[in-house]
Amino acid sequence: MTNTHVDYQLSQLDQLEAESIHIFREVAAEFEKPVLMFSGGKDSIVMLRLAEKAFFPAKLPFPLLQVDTGLDFDEVLSTRDSWVERLGARLVVASVEDAIKAGHVVDDGKTSRNRQQIGALLNAIEENGFTAAFGGGRRDEEKARAKERVYSHRDDFGQWDPKMQRPELWSLYNGRIHAGEHMRIFPLSNWTELDIWHYIHREQIEIPSIYFAHEREVVERDGMLLSIGPEIQPKGGETVEKKMVRFRTVGDRTQTGCVESVATDTAAIIDEIAIARVTERGATRGDDRFSEAAMEDRKKEGYF
Amino acid sequence: MASTPQTTDAHTTAQGEMDLLRFATAGSVDDGKSTLIGRLLLDSKSIFEDQLEAVESTSQSKGYDYTDLALLTDGLRSEREQGITIDVAYRYFATPTRKFIIADTPGHIQYTRNMVTGASTADLGLVLVDARQGLTEQSRRHAVLLSLLRVPHLVLAINKMDLVDWSQEVYEKIHREFTTFATKLNIPDLEVIPISALQGDNVVNRSENTPWYSGPTLMHHLEHVHVASDRDLVDTRFPVQYVIRPKSDQYHDFRGYAGQVAGGVLKKGDEVVVLPSGMTSTISKVELFDTEIAEAFPPMSVTIHLEDDVDVSRGDMIARPKNAPKPSQDIDAMICWMTTEPLKPRQKLAIKHTTRMGRAMVKDIQYRLDVNSLHRDQEAGELALNEIGRVQLRTTVPLLCDPYSKNRTTGSFILIDEATGVTVGAGMINSAS
Repeated sequence: MTNTHVDYQLSQLDQLEAESIHIFREVAAEFEKPVLMFSGGKDSIVMLRLAEKAFFPAKLPFPLLQVDTGLDFDEVLSTRDSWVERLGARLVVASVEDAIKAGHVVDDGKTSRNRQQIGALLNAIEENGFTAAFGGGRRDEEKARAKERVYSHRDDFGQWDPKMQRPELWSLYNGRIHAGEHMRIFPLSNWTELDIWHYIHREQIEIPSIYFAHEREVVERDGMLLSIGPEIQPKGGETVEKKMVRFRTVGDRTQTGCVESVATDTAAIIDEIAIARVTERGATRGDDRFSEAAMEDRKKEGYF
Repeated sequence: MASTPQTTDAHTTAQGEMDLLRFATAGSVDDGKSTLIGRLLLDSKSIFEDQLEAVESTSQSKGYDYTDLALLTDGLRSEREQGITIDVAYRYFATPTRKFIIADTPGHIQYTRNMVTGASTADLGLVLVDARQGLTEQSRRHAVLLSLLRVPHLVLAINKMDLVDWSQEVYEKIHREFTTFATKLNIPDLEVIPISALQGDNVVNRSENTPWYSGPTLMHHLEHVHVASDRDLVDTRFPVQYVIRPKSDQYHDFRGYAGQVAGGVLKKGDEVVVLPSGMTSTISKVELFDTEIAEAFPPMSVTIHLEDDVDVSRGDMIARPKNAPKPSQDIDAMICWMTTEPLKPRQKLAIKHTTRMGRAMVKDIQYRLDVNSLHRDQEAGELALNEIGRVQLRTTVPLLCDPYSKNRTTGSFILIDEATGVTVGAGMINSAS
């Protein structure tokens, strides 16, 4: 036996863990058909770890849903497969390509895959009849997220109405929905980026290798470092450089930049983040940069 | 290819081991609350360059003389346009000793429900007043709400001291006035701090302008206020949330009762009673994930095993035979009403208490509490949006509850409109029978 707490103090990380586990169990008990939105990124992997703890030794009482942009990093997909296999979880893949073919999503050549995910995601939720979808969003990420509830109600069209949010008191969550509506659930609401990394470090959680510093051919564009690949090639005047980089988020590879880094393990990443002066989204997500209200707009439409 | 992180170093464990303080802030638009939060974030180095740059350029384009730190926290576009805060926003910052979660709540009268929401999970309430105005109706109301929600620690921050020439007299007058008012409330711990959020005096750094003030700076107080003893470690309360039955060959006979400890300490060998059935058994094992642990206490999420095969399901509560709540269907509670359609006698609603759902009928609205004067209006008859009153309810299922003053988890409930599904009321139990 471990953990004899003579002073009955629980560290903040343990308190966050306890709160998230409580949320997972509450949703599994009250919703008919929950699903966990799994991107393969570090936040959704931490969610998966917490879900594993919440129901151990039983298997997860819900499947995972991945929206496949067709532009995911290979390293992310292989980590996903390894988690799915270890937990014996069921994986539902919703493909943006298929959604475009079926006419649920319009590809106008200008809209980023991140934004097109909205259509594919909402379509998958509706087709499968999911009533609750866990997401890895954190309130420290962005100003609009700071006001979102743990249980975030979505109407028939999957939209979020920030002015009509239900009050959320104590740890009493209200999961009432009407047919056709669903609830987004954010078990990591109170975690910060640093908490996530400390937890990955403490629990020795397997995450995609591109989070750690590695050598990669990159090009600098709009102040971001983008990885050279099938979609990203140098334009006039741009030069390709080999740099030690790592990714702080792992979205669509055409939109997600990397940062120069020598951090090859979680301890080094924690040190790096502790002194970082730019938020993770501001540094590396092209899709949040268009306006101060970019995230709020995407959320209203039904983004994660 | 995936990588497995390497093992722990001493310096990376600090964040995991620090403790947590949740606090709620309250104040009017002009009290400088957003500026104060911006200041706490800025001075604790929790603001990033890109966030500060965005705020600086917005301030400039609006023609302000100084950087408006309030812009850091006003998240929704309509709020930025109107220059007010309209919903509870959660902020995060950490110092080397503590992590802080701020529930930033709006101060206007029509948003009492947000303040109640923010205060429901807070260990500490921070009320801001403008030194030039002194105590207003609104600051009194905020103190009343924090007291009603049993937030154990209160800080009264007297802001804009620079605009009253750092007058000790002004500080002491407001202090006295508030202490007199607070005698009618339930505020176990009070600290009154003179600050200037705009200039940073006594926020993180001690001010040279207040040599007459010997108390702590706001940040020092937030870092050191003792919250661990606010929990109830005596009265065992374990609402069963979920029954784990793997139904696999490996764990064929596994039957674990999962939940978050709401009170007391649970350990192997404890004799327990399961409510409402009243069956007794003994705890055979307490588990956290795949590890057996010696004791579970609030707010741990654990799995409990019992020696006997008794019938236990979600909504039940595990307590001690000689210290257990009595299952009750007649509930006397203070209710904060949160929707435009008023609460009336005979009204029927869904109720959620711990992990238990049922229905409730309003038997009587005994009085409406005027949160400014504390006057009890017994003629009220109903509760309108943002009003608080004492209400008698009859529930369809027995609640396994305690007075809110004893346990904020087993003493609270929410009311849900059965037609719309919206949360319309927050309840704090006085007594039950």
